[in-house]
Amino acid sequence: MKSLDELKAIREKVQGTIGMRYEGPEQTRVVIGMATCGIAAGARPILAAVAQMVQEEHLANVNVSQTGCIGLCQYEPILEVMEPGKDKVTYVNMTPEKALEVMRMHVKGGQIVRKYTVGTTQK
Amino acid sequence: MMPEISLNILDVAENSVRADAKLIEITVAICTKEDTLTVLIKDDGCGMSVQQLEQVQDPFFTTRTTRKVGLGVPFLKQAAEMTGGGFEITSEAGKGTKVESVFRLSHIDRMPLGDMSETIYTLVVFNEHTHFRYTYSYDERVFTLDTREMREIVGEDVSFSQREVSLFIKDYLVENKKEVDDENGGKI
Repeated sequence: MKSLDELKAIREKVQGTIGMRYEGPEQTRVVIGMATCGIAAGARPILAAVAQMVQEEHLANVNVSQTGCIGLCQYEPILEVMEPGKDKVTYVNMTPEKALEVMRMHVKGGQIVRKYTVGTTQK
Repeated sequence: MMPEISLNILDVAENSVRADAKLIEITVAICTKEDTLTVLIKDDGCGMSVQQLEQVQDPFFTTRTTRKVGLGVPFLKQAAEMTGGGFEITSEAGKGTKVESVFRLSHIDRMPLGDMSETIYTLVVFNEHTHFRYTYSYDERVFTLDTREMREIVGEDVSFSQREVSLFIKDYLVENKKEVDDENGGKI
């Protein structure tokens, strides 16, 4: 059995690095819909994949969180990107692969991925 | 319908988070002798009135204002009942809510348990201000994850979403569940 003892060693290791994570107005927020509709449509692995990328690439200015029902259940899973000072962009019918593409192109690269946005899909 | 029991658990536990629970206890217990898979979700959140408790099992009730249906609890109830199992929800305003569902393990309509580790990981890492106690048992074998113990070790200033901590939580859940499963007949 894996025990909590390992966590003590991790605590020692990361103690110096804490305080890197901050929540401020300069942060980009990535929000994933995790109500019944989102979960049923496959939001859980998307949240896990996005969080893993943020952790692995040390994207300190990105905050990943979950939200309830956005009101567009038929387009779930939904991922919203909120950059400071810019309009919110809503991505629909997400998969883990598409979400990671959005993370690379938009959140990191600053380019909105039009083919996945709600405006494009509704037309 | 949800394709996995673990997704129903995530969904119903999110209700507990929104009910401002301080502690959410989630138990998954597999008992081959009695041919049951029992799921218990218990919180100390705001609870429900008698009237709300009746309404919550009705798919056309929700506290949300964005749409007119609330399917979380009805989905779990249906999933359990279609295996010939049972479902019970009890709640007291100001005290908390308990949701218990029993699935008949060998029933053809019992959906797979699914990725329980990812469900618990999601709850724990994205709701850091809520404590979770998760117990997974398969016949005689048991393992538990209690975020109060984890918090005591890492302290208040280290986030569960910190990379190393997060990876540990993921591995702890996956490896310990696998060990419990392997002792028995394998994955449910």
